[in-house]
Amino acid sequence: MARAQAAGTMGSVVVALTVNDERRRLDLDSRVTLLDALREHLHLTGTKKGCDHGHCGACTVLVNGVRINACLSLAAMHDGDVVTTIEGLGRPDRLHPVQAAFIAHDAFQCGYCTPGQICSAVAVLAEVEAGVPSHATGDLTAPVTLDTSELRERMSANICRCGAYSNIAEAVADVAGRS
Amino acid sequence: MHFDTSAGRNPIDAQTIVGRPHRRIDGALKVTGTAPYAYERHDAVADPTYGWIVGASIARGRVTRIDAAAARAAPGVLAVLTTLEYDAAPPGFRTTLTLFGGAEVRHYHQAVALVVAGTFEEARAAAHLLRIDYDSEPARCDLAAEAPKSEPIADRDGPDYPVVDRIGDVEAALAAAPVTLDESYGTPDQTHAMMEPHATTAAWRDGKLTIWTSAQVVSWHRNSLAQALGLAKEDLRLEAPFIGGGFGSKLIMRSDALLAALGAKAVGRPCKVALQRPLIANNGTRRAGTIQRIRLGADRDGRLTAIAHHSVNGNLPGAFAEAAVAPTRLIYAAPNRDLSMRLATLDLAEGNDMRAPGEAPGLMALEIAMDEMAERLGIDPVAFRIRNDTQVDPRRPQRRFSERHLIECLELGADRFGWARRNPVPGSVSDGRWLVGMGVAAGFRQNLLMPSGARVRLEQDGRLSVETDMTDIGTGSYTILAQTAAEMMGVPIEAVTVRLGDSDYPEAAGSGGQFGANNATSGLYAACTTLRATVAARLGFDVEDVVFADGMVTAGRRSAPLLDAAKDGPLTAEDRITYGDLDKEFVQATFGAQFAEVAVDRFTGEMRVRRMLAVIDAGRVLNPLTARSQVIGAMTMGVGSALMEALVVDTRHGFFINHDLGGYEVPVHADIPHLDVVFLDHPDPVSSPMKAKGIGEIGLCGAAAAVANAVHNATGIRVRDYPITLDKLLDRLPRVA
Repeated sequence: MARAQAAGTMGSVVVALTVNDERRRLDLDSRVTLLDALREHLHLTGTKKGCDHGHCGACTVLVNGVRINACLSLAAMHDGDVVTTIEGLGRPDRLHPVQAAFIAHDAFQCGYCTPGQICSAVAVLAEVEAGVPSHATGDLTAPVTLDTSELRERMSANICRCGAYSNIAEAVADVAGRS
Repeated sequence: MHFDTSAGRNPIDAQTIVGRPHRRIDGALKVTGTAPYAYERHDAVADPTYGWIVGASIARGRVTRIDAAAARAAPGVLAVLTTLEYDAAPPGFRTTLTLFGGAEVRHYHQAVALVVAGTFEEARAAAHLLRIDYDSEPARCDLAAEAPKSEPIADRDGPDYPVVDRIGDVEAALAAAPVTLDESYGTPDQTHAMMEPHATTAAWRDGKLTIWTSAQVVSWHRNSLAQALGLAKEDLRLEAPFIGGGFGSKLIMRSDALLAALGAKAVGRPCKVALQRPLIANNGTRRAGTIQRIRLGADRDGRLTAIAHHSVNGNLPGAFAEAAVAPTRLIYAAPNRDLSMRLATLDLAEGNDMRAPGEAPGLMALEIAMDEMAERLGIDPVAFRIRNDTQVDPRRPQRRFSERHLIECLELGADRFGWARRNPVPGSVSDGRWLVGMGVAAGFRQNLLMPSGARVRLEQDGRLSVETDMTDIGTGSYTILAQTAAEMMGVPIEAVTVRLGDSDYPEAAGSGGQFGANNATSGLYAACTTLRATVAARLGFDVEDVVFADGMVTAGRRSAPLLDAAKDGPLTAEDRITYGDLDKEFVQATFGAQFAEVAVDRFTGEMRVRRMLAVIDAGRVLNPLTARSQVIGAMTMGVGSALMEALVVDTRHGFFINHDLGGYEVPVHADIPHLDVVFLDHPDPVSSPMKAKGIGEIGLCGAAAAVANAVHNATGIRVRDYPITLDKLLDRLPRVA
């Protein structure tokens, strides 16, 4: 990680990231979170700031294929990482299957937690595929199947105050059933 | 359009588009993260400064000194605004609070300073360098301790009701009743916990201000902010095209808007401010906790002879009461009635609107009381509610309900839910380690009528543009407005563009009190009616017998493309709906029956909601897909109310200690099963030309009590103090053999 110290400012760091298949180089205040790097510096505002404390999940993004809360992570920790945000999953004219399923099942209302829910759901499908167990997994030696309790457990770090859970579960199950 | 007589047959009745489950027209923007919210308007404001709000660390007293020297000297800081340097801002609409200015502190985390810097990190770091001295006074923050000093208070939103609302002789009726109940119930303080914090981007240009903010009602925010700034409202533009949830928290202007405006002015650059999540519970508003005493008397057949309902809550001096007795006025018949509220003084965040204010906490208590009473009478709780239905306002028996199908809700719900399989003996159904029970509760929420305006334009390419300052807080406003315009003008929904949340557009009802959908679509109905007349005149038709369908305008055997009417230029119509006295002549309300099945771990007391059903009677359902989402969302909030949600006061310092989304628990995926909703089909022609009623809050009303009653049916334990957490069950669970 390259370091630079600009006169009269707090320590700054240069971070090279691949975001949504695009290489980005940022010169950042070292205190900038990955979330604010995305939202304020790269203007990728699809990733939401709901709490800035790792409580709500609205800032969920995929880093090297694994979901994290972008608010709990400094951008400086991600030099060389590959980041996928909601904008990288699909666009209005070219939706990711999970995005399309969310519309079909009306799996959101205000839309503010939605990008995080979708990023989490995409990661959950990959986790199950990879056999990663969860708290709800009964048999750690058997292949993981995405039943209702697995799905709800794995999605529980993403709060939806509008209360779309019932529809989100059906949207994700719909995609899981097709794949 | 003035609506003062019951609606006859009209173009909406065709229901070719309205009343059908259309997907959200803004859905693709939301699922791709491209819908812009208030804090992320890089498209509109290129280089904003960042504001960080500093909240008071006392509940009551005065700020004596603020030393901002170190903060002002910190890297990147452009300005520090302290409350001592500003006059107290006048309170906005529906609030008694000064959001900023002056020395007086009335509640914890009241904004006392704003640090503005070039970056978020600089503003946050500098905020910690402020030194603030206070003269602190003892805070009153324990409702139970202050309740004895409470005073009688009228209902802010029910001015027609006397402070003490008595009919007949409750005391005599209770004394004579063979079966009675007299219990107290507690509902806690709650916070809205919407996902998007209060947030505003503000930019001044030539003495005029534009704000991009998160507001439920554009005109209320605009008027309040203009007043606070001493600005003519014409010099304040407000945009709120997308709102990340509100639930009442964004009905009234908050400190983010005022401080963003002041910050931008101070530094001469745009400024954006979001209320930091840990500030929201104490800086914002809350649903006020209540202590409610309910007394019921009934004859042996289960007919209520007396209802007495008294509620006390606390609020800041000059603020108002949580109207917990409101549903009790109208939900059940009983000849003798005594309803009243009292208000104590509490130096906490202002008690104010949260989804279904009054009805939600009132029914949390009343609908447990009804369950208890049914048990004492030995009558099935569904049958007991049906027996006490009323078709008239008990206070003014000549005033009928416009449409009321609570009995149908209960009967249909009981049938769908398998209520007949419920064992009425509590604690008698087991499923392995789980004790299983079923509960029911009735729901009631008033239907509110508000004037609402809209503009509709037929473009030369045949498309329709709808403009109104109505908001979509997740309710589906974009979609139902598009459906309304499409139905009225006979075009496909894809031909309609809807633009919302801009104060330059006609003033609409906004989103709150479940009044948004019915009123905003009715305002658009009015505008479309005007446009239809203009189109008919242009095409040489008599508007009385003209039909708009499939892009054609037809009268008798003559037909012309709608498009032809705009061949010389776009046609624009603007109108608004206003209402006569139909809501005084008739009670207009929505109804629901909530059913829940809950399993309780017989060893640990852990509670799991296994399934829920709501049957809703809310007039014409404009879009069953988005309406269902409103109801399941409300049911989810009801589960939260029943089992986990409570702000906890630190009585030493007068603040809510669990003031974030980690400490204040709301339901998560794992808490919520598949939820079922059934809508009855009873359009209400007395409500509006749309024949719709509110849908956003009725799904919460009764939901918590249904869960509470299911817990009782599962365990035999009656908890009257929400939320029903497992510590309240543990020492009372049935003995394990």
